[in-house]
Amino acid sequence: MLSSIAKPFAALLVAAALISIVLAALGASPLGVFAALGEGAFGSWYACVDTLVKSTPLIFTGLAVSIAFSGALWNIGADGQLTIGAIAAGAIGTHLGGFPHSLAVAIVLIAGALGGAAWGGVAGWLRARRDVNEVISTIMLNFVAVQMLSWMVHGPLMEPSRAYPTSSPIASAAQLDFYFAPSRVNLGMLLAILLAAACYMLLFNTSVGFELRAMGRNRRAATFFGVRIPALTVWVMALSGALAGLGGAVQVSAISHRLYEKLSPGWGFEAIAVALVARLNPLGIIPAAILFGALDNGSQAMQRTQGISPELVQVIQGLVILIILAFDTPAWSGLRENIFGASNDDAAAVPPVAEMPDA
Amino acid sequence: MLEAFLISVITMATPILLAALGELLVEESGVVNIGIEGAMLSGAFAALTIAYFSGSTALGLAGAIVAGVAINAIFAILVVNLNVNQVVTGTAVSILALGLTGVFYRKLFGVTGKAFMVAPIAKIPLGPLARIPLLGPVLFDHNALVYFTFLLVPALWYLIARTRYGLRLRACGERPEAADALGLGVIATRWQALLVSGALTGLAGAFLTLAYANTFVENISAGRGFVALSVVIVGRWNSWGLASASLLFGAAMALQFGLQALGTVVPYQLFLALPYALTLIVLAAFGGQASAPSALGEPYRRN
Repeated sequence: MLSSIAKPFAALLVAAALISIVLAALGASPLGVFAALGEGAFGSWYACVDTLVKSTPLIFTGLAVSIAFSGALWNIGADGQLTIGAIAAGAIGTHLGGFPHSLAVAIVLIAGALGGAAWGGVAGWLRARRDVNEVISTIMLNFVAVQMLSWMVHGPLMEPSRAYPTSSPIASAAQLDFYFAPSRVNLGMLLAILLAAACYMLLFNTSVGFELRAMGRNRRAATFFGVRIPALTVWVMALSGALAGLGGAVQVSAISHRLYEKLSPGWGFEAIAVALVARLNPLGIIPAAILFGALDNGSQAMQRTQGISPELVQVIQGLVILIILAFDTPAWSGLRENIFGASNDDAAAVPPVAEMPDA
Repeated sequence: MLEAFLISVITMATPILLAALGELLVEESGVVNIGIEGAMLSGAFAALTIAYFSGSTALGLAGAIVAGVAINAIFAILVVNLNVNQVVTGTAVSILALGLTGVFYRKLFGVTGKAFMVAPIAKIPLGPLARIPLLGPVLFDHNALVYFTFLLVPALWYLIARTRYGLRLRACGERPEAADALGLGVIATRWQALLVSGALTGLAGAFLTLAYANTFVENISAGRGFVALSVVIVGRWNSWGLASASLLFGAAMALQFGLQALGTVVPYQLFLALPYALTLIVLAAFGGQASAPSALGEPYRRN
């Protein structure tokens, strides 16, 4: 247990060392940059609250990635699924003027989840029925989603004055309330935390979760235990997409209230770093998302005071993933078999289910 | 009109084909490199930066090769030696390259938005051939990278299908245990494929900055590395197939400009999405992995 917490932190320290080298090459003071990041993320009550707000979409996409990766389905498309969810939410949200508040919010969130589920489900179907690798299809679907959003805000959903490439704001009935205004804390964070608990239950306390993890450990062996791989593939990808799409809907309902281009700064890709730091454990997604949300939030202060552009956050994300992968040791066996593939010998010899209960 | 369109097809197809040919070598050896997007972006950035500050296109190209090889070396250590997941590693490499090129671009060139232009790679018209109507400008009046890329198509076909080295490469991708038992050196072969691919992908990136845009903008590769990955699948792991698929995607990209210029009522986003949607449609229609190397994407551990 200790090592499961110590390892990610050791990986973060190595990442910090490598980032310091990058910063030195940029002629910046690593300590100054880290201090600015920390100050920007946690330096005031408002900064702390904003960090939570910026973490929320990462919890949704982090859960999406961890559910898919647990089944060895490499969903690189959480960004596109989030975008489609946001489009669905933004499109329907403008028409909910006369609706009761809670019903309007529910409709918007369900629309987002369905939009994301459709986008993820397409990739799942292509994998299950047409043997198309989900890595390629989800990457391609990301690009299509970006163009679809651009078309929507320049075309069918463009605001009536047609001066700006944004959609009309959603009806106020469909907007999630803020708490502790002027902070932007909203029910979305609570929903994300509840979903994390639900995903944990699904993965570790249900037969579907068991089948999902069995598929993740050894696809072929899982078929011998009666797991219907094609159907499960479609459902897992749809569920993964729904989680990401819900994140997009929450963002529209609570924060942006309207659609615009580049709505997602890359939450679907950052989610891969979040999911790996959390070792794919849905409950671990929450602190991991807050960590990366803090990084995103602090990067603006870093740019203001240290003159380092916010792309540094992507350097950090990439390094953290690579270092976590490189820190792979036998102590990580649970993660190892999900992420790193079962080693040649035990894939053949050990029935994967034999070791599932204590996973 | 037709001539301009066809020239544009060749121009758009070249960097995709060059990267895809490198990826073909890598996949024949049993590895999938999603980091190809990052290698291409790094090559593009290195080429522009070095060409801009040195004033030498040749040095820029050399820098692109070094950058592509370096990125692929990071990937190779993780996936070939440490056997970690190729998809996740490749994605991380791409994110890392996007971040690194972004911060260093802002640092070196500021945030003024001023374009930092370099001279384009010189075109080499092939004597009288270049004067043939239509065919001349389309096929025989390009820079050296274009000729190199299309000459690689038969060269790689011959290497993979007809030589001992090609057999060794394919053995590592089809039956790594058997290849290892024959003493073929799976790890060394995969490293070689990744290093050569790094050089080719870096050059593909250099084409974007030194021959196409003549400057750098953040994320200039814009998914072309990922398109190259699908070109390998659509082209059925055969270099002639790759060339055809690249020309198809090049045409889809060239169509954007042609149809935008015509001022059609169809939204331009449809054309921007076309290469990616086309990939999905082609893969859905013809199915995916049937002709892939058997051990593709699987780490190889010696027992």
